[in-house]
Amino acid sequence: MVERRSFLNVVLPHIILMLGVVIVFFPVYLAFVASTWDPATIINGQLGLLPGPYFLENYQRILFTGTASSTREPVASMMLNSLIMALMIAIGKIIISIFSAFAIVYYRFPFRMTLFWIIFITLMLPVEVRIFPTYKIVADLGLLDSYPGLTIPLIASATGTLLFRQFFMTIPDELLEASKIDAAGPLQFFKDTLLPLSMTTIAALFVIQFIYGWNQYLWPLLITTKDSMQTIVIGIRKMITTQDALTEWQLAMATAVLALLPPVAVVIGMQKLFVKGLVETEK
Amino acid sequence: MEKRTVFAGYTLPALLIIPQLLITIIFFYLPAGQAMWQSFQLEDAFGTATQFVGFENYAELFKKPEYFRAMGVTAVFSLLVAGLSLSLSLLLAVMANKQIRGAGIYKTLLIWPYAVAPAVAGVLWLFMFQPSIGMVSKLLMSWGIDWNPTLNGTHAMFLVVLAATWKQISYNFLFFLAGLQSIPHSLIEASAIDGARPFRRFWTIIFPLLSPTMFYLLVVNITYVFFDTFGIIDAVTHGGPGSSTTTLVFKVYNDGRSGGDLGLSAAQSVILMVIVVGLTAVQFRYIERKVNY
Repeated sequence: MVERRSFLNVVLPHIILMLGVVIVFFPVYLAFVASTWDPATIINGQLGLLPGPYFLENYQRILFTGTASSTREPVASMMLNSLIMALMIAIGKIIISIFSAFAIVYYRFPFRMTLFWIIFITLMLPVEVRIFPTYKIVADLGLLDSYPGLTIPLIASATGTLLFRQFFMTIPDELLEASKIDAAGPLQFFKDTLLPLSMTTIAALFVIQFIYGWNQYLWPLLITTKDSMQTIVIGIRKMITTQDALTEWQLAMATAVLALLPPVAVVIGMQKLFVKGLVETEK
Repeated sequence: MEKRTVFAGYTLPALLIIPQLLITIIFFYLPAGQAMWQSFQLEDAFGTATQFVGFENYAELFKKPEYFRAMGVTAVFSLLVAGLSLSLSLLLAVMANKQIRGAGIYKTLLIWPYAVAPAVAGVLWLFMFQPSIGMVSKLLMSWGIDWNPTLNGTHAMFLVVLAATWKQISYNFLFFLAGLQSIPHSLIEASAIDGARPFRRFWTIIFPLLSPTMFYLLVVNITYVFFDTFGIIDAVTHGGPGSSTTTLVFKVYNDGRSGGDLGLSAAQSVILMVIVVGLTAVQFRYIERKVNY
């Protein structure tokens, strides 16, 4: 290696990286500290950098009772809604895209490439740009305030299909020839050969889509009107009221911590899959 | 590229592809088509009759100063977030790429904000910068700054830029680090033998080789600011004060929700679609170039 072990090469990187880590952690740490104090300490601006004695009380109250003013919904049920939405989006996307990629790669049928392009072009249309017409269609189908309405419009996107298509292309043709000699049908080939080989790709896509689903904002904001259908990301926004005096900051911050914990745990716990998924779904 | 061996038959592949096709048509093409159709229509005050008016809605839109203001806000917001998050994450990635102890741990500790929802990130930063109780705003006030993002548009913009940057650093960091690790050591050693100091090595060898990554990230960051920061803006500023943080996407949402002119709202959506298609096309050209590398 050409680098000498000097200040510039050893100490400086540590200092800059530590600073970076501190800046990245500070907002979350402060939110955690705030979630362990009583409202008076926060409102009077006496919040310090050390956690207070109200941890259990605040988290118990927010999880099972909810805030007093804004959304009287317990956060535990919001988290359940978020979990259901994230799982339905992640699993739904994997299922429909692995099937469609299988059909496109392993069959020859008329208009095959046309269909591929029809799916492919949707890469370019995030839900934000077609939000109200999509809302109207979901409303006409009677799917407002329902899990299908919350998830199905977000399930279809080309990302998964492209990813699986790319992966199937790297699988040697000999494997299919071998299964054909063994007289395996298409579904058997899919189940016994493709699916086991695709496991890492599936897991990586799952990690990315779970985070995507859990963090959805604009769509659930429009589609849910009942408090009982609220997701946690929407719930926290409703706790921040415009009249500052009414915001129960210690509870809002506890909710923020609870809202970011599951997806952050997924990223840290499955870092390898996360990085793989992120790099490969780069369109 | 095509497979040499395939299965025969039409029924099974049709059944396999239909779910995705149906969802795509119902929730992508239908709404997008509807937006396009509506953008050429004029609805009367009672919503009972519509009339084809060609590009009149677009012409109307471009006469509105609010629309230009939203374009300006979006441009400023994108440039600030992209510039800030790209330079900070490049610095961190270069440092994490050095041969130091614990580089892997730093990586883990830096990438998780990717998983924080934009709206939650916004709330975290709002709490620190809230004028009456925020820890950072007290500090700013003790320095004599009259900090108030609810009244001062520049302060509000500053706040959403910080929150958006904080969230985006992890993504950029990962891609820069991957880019740095793919640069052959032999190149860097060769330039060191030629007597190039570390700083010069960075600007003449490493930075140019990173430029494809940089370009890709620039497009991704702009797309991110355009669409994904909606949550931050809605949670932190609601587009205000005034319209100083109203981006194009926030404006579409706000206009549409207040039940304003359907045609105008649709025209805004169509313009956004054109912008995304443009950004994606730029991105694909980059990918093609990357393949030829």
